[in-house]
Amino acid sequence: MDFLYNLLIDPLVQIFTYPIFALEVLIGGLLSGVMYSLVALGFVLIFKASGVFNFAQGAMVLFAALFFAGFIDTGLPWYIALLLTIGVMVLLAMTIERVVLRPLVNQPHIILFMATIGITYFLDGFGQTIWGSSVRVLDLGIPNNPMEFGGVLINQFDMVAAVVAGTLVAALAVFFQKTRVGRALRAVADDHQAALSVGIPLKTIWAIVWTVAGLVGLVAGIMWGAKLGVQFSLAMVALKALPVLILGGFTSIPGAIIGGLIIGAGEKLAEVFWAPAIGGGIEDWFAYMLALAFLLFRPQGLFGEKIIERV
Amino acid sequence: MLLKKITLAAVSAAIGATALISVPAVAQEGGQYVPGTVYRSGPYAPGGIPWADGYGDYFAMLNERDGGIGGVPILYEECDTAYNNDKGVECYERMKNKGPTGASVFQPLSTGITYALLDRLRSDKIPMITSGLGRADATIGSVFPWVFTLPVTYWAGADAITQYIKAEEGGSLKGKKIALVYHDSAYGKEPIKTLEALAVKEGFQLDLFPVPHPGLEQKATWLKIGRQLRPDYVVMWGWGVMNSTAMKEAAAVGFPADKFIGVWWSGSEVDTVPAGDAAKGFKAAQFVLPGKDFPVLKDVRTHVYDKNKGMGKPEEIGSVIYNRGIAAAVLSAEGIKVAQDKYGKKPLTGEEIRWGIENIDLSPERLKELGLTGMINPVKVSCNDHEGGGDVIMTQWNGTGWDTVSDWIKPDRDGYLRAMYEESAMQYAKEKGIEPRDCSKE
Repeated sequence: MDFLYNLLIDPLVQIFTYPIFALEVLIGGLLSGVMYSLVALGFVLIFKASGVFNFAQGAMVLFAALFFAGFIDTGLPWYIALLLTIGVMVLLAMTIERVVLRPLVNQPHIILFMATIGITYFLDGFGQTIWGSSVRVLDLGIPNNPMEFGGVLINQFDMVAAVVAGTLVAALAVFFQKTRVGRALRAVADDHQAALSVGIPLKTIWAIVWTVAGLVGLVAGIMWGAKLGVQFSLAMVALKALPVLILGGFTSIPGAIIGGLIIGAGEKLAEVFWAPAIGGGIEDWFAYMLALAFLLFRPQGLFGEKIIERV
Repeated sequence: MLLKKITLAAVSAAIGATALISVPAVAQEGGQYVPGTVYRSGPYAPGGIPWADGYGDYFAMLNERDGGIGGVPILYEECDTAYNNDKGVECYERMKNKGPTGASVFQPLSTGITYALLDRLRSDKIPMITSGLGRADATIGSVFPWVFTLPVTYWAGADAITQYIKAEEGGSLKGKKIALVYHDSAYGKEPIKTLEALAVKEGFQLDLFPVPHPGLEQKATWLKIGRQLRPDYVVMWGWGVMNSTAMKEAAAVGFPADKFIGVWWSGSEVDTVPAGDAAKGFKAAQFVLPGKDFPVLKDVRTHVYDKNKGMGKPEEIGSVIYNRGIAAAVLSAEGIKVAQDKYGKKPLTGEEIRWGIENIDLSPERLKELGLTGMINPVKVSCNDHEGGGDVIMTQWNGTGWDTVSDWIKPDRDGYLRAMYEESAMQYAKEKGIEPRDCSKE
């Protein structure tokens, strides 16, 4: 009986007794969710354009951050380091297209998925062999101090991350909706062969989309690297993005943002108010549970495309 | 140089060389084989690397300076466990029979791997030192003859931290609130039993906050701590990225850094430097002090780094975890040296070295001979005390280095800790059907 009270009643009592604190948790969760969305966006881009779940997105986040922080540590100014890292990510995308994807054109998606697993291990090892496995500090000069708005504590770093993510989403939305390349990307995603038949250069499109995903990974890597230090653990932020994708849908850029917000807020509220009833430490699996619960009602995710096939 | 690295990286990544990386061993004949189960890859590599460098550099120094131990060269070889239990067991199996007499002594650098190897050590007759990690009740040598917890266990560490907090609070913890933020693993859970016993004994409230591996995201935990619970102190049993994340999140909710105390695996430069200003004032318990001026480190520089044979970067020497790696190697080497005094100056078996470790006496005089005075306090191991009575000292991060903020603290091993060790060890013996040795006859 006590357990049921602690699980069902007490959290609500806590929320209504301490509304300011509950609001802080909610806002903190939403801002964490934005950080998850930054990683989720990279997955969405490649899935949207090629129908492939890019298992290597987390490794690309680490890879980009390692190069950026590594170049800075060699004494280069940040803007040169950024340009060089962009160059590395473009080169990486072209190499992946040439060496991995091109030989696999028209293969089932599961084959391409397996190839991205191979890319993950390669990038993890390659990046660390060049730059080492020690932590690299990435100081963007963004303060980490708390600020209070009407008694509600908000972290300045998280606010900046939210602005960065918002800008990125806006830019990607314009790219996909308003440009010829964006439309071509969507066409390729629908059907490789049909896209080829109307003259869309598949190889170029794949190189472009992997480049864009790499650049999104770079932004995510810089923000997460500034938060945690650039180290191997950055590759694991992909695990935080998966429930966001499940919930938001694999093909929707706004879905990645909304999904991130829901997952972030949901897991933080659950950890603070519901976890004490079951011993704490639930936020990681709760995020997946929340995402799976959504799937019961919308299998394609909140904003995913509903696929209807004739059989 | 970068191009060379890139080529090397491409080749090694292509052959999947990141999972198990071995440092080339010295020739297999005519030496004492010492395995290094370390991690230079994976999410915990930033902490594993300086320890591995210190551990390997010390043996390299002995080979260069003294021709090994007692004239027997050390054949040192690494296997990368990536802080992963199954890889740890794989490394152990791969290395246990290497060298002329098999593996001398293992130091797994992981509580999880320690647990995974306990039964194998018994049947293979190879000793293991779990220096500042592992299972605390293995201190009872009558039940755990092959495991050595010297110089301190997590239980002793939790006791010492609580003693320090009590002294800071004017001698009483009654009515105080202490939160434990811990890595949700075998390692992180180790101090809970001690802190719960101390909470009852000292009258403070203990609140537990598990952080799932790897600890990238802790906002909810710290909102609860900093904005709701508002404890007097937070104690952390973290590892890897969890530590710097916790420091940043603590600062983000305005929790004072000087009331935030980490165990030794939470208090090193790899934790505080990435946390930036948020780490300033953070305190950590240590059983090996950082510092660049200890005589043993001078020998490492002269005999290893000046000959370009060092495993790490010269600037790493003297850091918290590097020095801990050096001290860990000293314990292994001292066990071999003591065993040689009894069994002769030749490659020895694990069984003989086990005896040596069980008879280590790192007195102040011996520590001075080894160039370790002030880095670690004296340790004396015996049949029924595999911990050896080591001490703990508190340090504080000032933004660029560590200041010592306490004297050496002696954990309360004569009181409740000993009873807890014995109760837990006897329970283990009962479960495993182990007949405890009679230490009075040894």
